[in-house]
Amino acid sequence: MAILRERDRVEVQRRLQGLKEPVRLVYFTQELECATCREGHLLVEELAGLSDKLSLEVHNFLLDRDTAAAYGVDKVPATAILGDDDRGIRYYGVPSGYEFSALLDDLLMVSRRDSGLSDASREKLRRLAEPLHLQVFVTPT
Amino acid sequence: MRLAHQMAYESDLVRADGVVVTEFPYLAQRYSVMAVPKTVANGRTALDGSAPEALFVDAVLGTLERRGS
Repeated sequence: MAILRERDRVEVQRRLQGLKEPVRLVYFTQELECATCREGHLLVEELAGLSDKLSLEVHNFLLDRDTAAAYGVDKVPATAILGDDDRGIRYYGVPSGYEFSALLDDLLMVSRRDSGLSDASREKLRRLAEPLHLQVFVTPT
Repeated sequence: MRLAHQMAYESDLVRADGVVVTEFPYLAQRYSVMAVPKTVANGRTALDGSAPEALFVDAVLGTLERRGS
């Protein structure tokens, strides 16, 4: 079953041509009691198939507890986006519509190995002295 | 969402979760999510709605400075 419609797939593929360096998706799923895990799994599989710069690793959240803990994943479906290293970029749930577009932007950012933030923002973040955990709540659109 | 993930990429101290709130209603309840996007920083509300980069960064970092005051 395809999650992306044909015309969306063409557009996504076009945007993914902008990927510079490899990007790794690490997806956590479970079989039962997770309404969107299967849909999310199909989506990341489809996405990873659209560019040879993308790779996908899938873990079972219940069976692979150690890996989930290593990624700080406490719920599913979860997707971690990694470049050369893990910078703490996660999605919980299945991003669709506008948020799917934001996910593509994340992939492009990580592939550039550069946050793209302004010098002023970078300077403020350099002064950060304690861990900061951000949660941005969004809705499917 | 983008800005939070950009901040996570930039700083080793920052991690950022995009959370599809309809899939995790218990979190919506815990953080009183009435409208989206809503940004929570270390468990405290940092921003309701979206903002340009400078405002977003200030709102999020301001949450830390406000703590305990």
